[in-house]
Amino acid sequence: MLRPRITPCLLVKNGGLVKTVNFGNPKYVGDPINAVKIFNEKEVDEIIVVDIDASVHQKEPDYALIKNLAAECRMPLCYGGGVKTVEQVEEIISLGVEKVAMSSAVIDNPDLIAKAAEVVGSQSVVVVMDVKKIKGRESYEIFIHNGTKGTGLSPVEFAKTAEHLGAGELVINSIDCDGLMTGYDLQLARKVRDATNLPMTVLGGAGSLKDIAALIELFGTIGAAAGSLFVFKGSFRAVLINYPRRSEKDALVPHARQTVV
Amino acid sequence: MISIIDYGVGNIHAIANIYKRLNIPVRIARTAEELAGVERVILPGVGSFDWAMAHLNNSGMRVVLDDLVLSKGRPVLGICVGMQMIAKRSDEGSREGLGWIDAEVKKFDRAAPSQRAYLPHMGWNDVEPRCRECLFKDIGATGRFYFLHSYYFAPKDQNIILGVTDYGGPFASCVRAGNIFGVQFHPEKSHQWGIQLLKNFAEL
Repeated sequence: MLRPRITPCLLVKNGGLVKTVNFGNPKYVGDPINAVKIFNEKEVDEIIVVDIDASVHQKEPDYALIKNLAAECRMPLCYGGGVKTVEQVEEIISLGVEKVAMSSAVIDNPDLIAKAAEVVGSQSVVVVMDVKKIKGRESYEIFIHNGTKGTGLSPVEFAKTAEHLGAGELVINSIDCDGLMTGYDLQLARKVRDATNLPMTVLGGAGSLKDIAALIELFGTIGAAAGSLFVFKGSFRAVLINYPRRSEKDALVPHARQTVV
Repeated sequence: MISIIDYGVGNIHAIANIYKRLNIPVRIARTAEELAGVERVILPGVGSFDWAMAHLNNSGMRVVLDDLVLSKGRPVLGICVGMQMIAKRSDEGSREGLGWIDAEVKKFDRAAPSQRAYLPHMGWNDVEPRCRECLFKDIGATGRFYFLHSYYFAPKDQNIILGVTDYGGPFASCVRAGNIFGVQFHPEKSHQWGIQLLKNFAEL
């Protein structure tokens, strides 16, 4: 059976690993390569690394860092940050990365999804939507540039567009829930899940394995990503890389939920 | 000695790192000269079928590689798109495959009632080995491996299937025809199970 994926999401800023709250207040939590080595030992399902400087400051992706990450990862790696062209996607895949995530570039120019998929295959093209709830309403809006710029786009509609153009995965990141560790926005996940047949990963808000269990209970085979949960321990948010053991992960998947329908 | 073919596609360094940790000699072949006379070959691959075939055909290694595999009978392991390239053709593209095995690469049919699953097939799934020796020695009844693909390898001869995975129906996740091996999953990204499988390939 295909299992849900439980995925640490690591943010990189100035070459160091950071964790944010509501996309702000980046706190330094360590060295990315070192974190990957620890996650290797913990046999994580896959890993997402996002360079949060790159797209805001219009920087090229840090290819040296990406190459080192890909060589070190004994689990699949998804890289995001500053990716704007098909050539960059091709370069990153050729460094040994499995999946390339794009956000603002594909929102500005959705055809980039199709062009990237044509070259590297749909399975390697990930569309990330950073989303905020619209105040006083039941709907949501996609933001870009680390949550600073609204786009007026609905994540439900853009998910359909991304699927139509050949994306291979959607990552739904709740800006409202980021770093709070109070649970995923399940309503947001439901809206986007019902709109497409793409594999989907939900990010933002996981504070415990119970939050992940709640997501899997509702959606079966889904990606459950988290930042804070896997880098902090305890109420004082001491930095400690952690990840559930295999037995703990298996316990999150009720037998009845083992097949996707 | 294992030689990993570097034609600009796939996880060359991740595979090499695993062999280094296992103290198994490994090198990377980038030219026909570097490929000549090698003992065992790994053909990695990510990306689309045509893109990967174009890179391999333009690498200058194609003729030597065909000779090593087809005439000299050296063991070869195709990984993911590297496995798919071993077939004659693919639904994903229009280029000819290597054609080492009589097989075609098909797209998962999501419209079929038995395959109402999300595409691509992404994540950790079980591989049920048909043989507990060979590539699956010491891996256990069901190894867990990482998959990332929308197309699957469909061999004409069902007897060459070495491992089966279920995704809305069974498909061949591992095949062997003589010295030619293919795995649809990524052993280099599959923790202990993948490490054991790569070790087994080195020790065949």
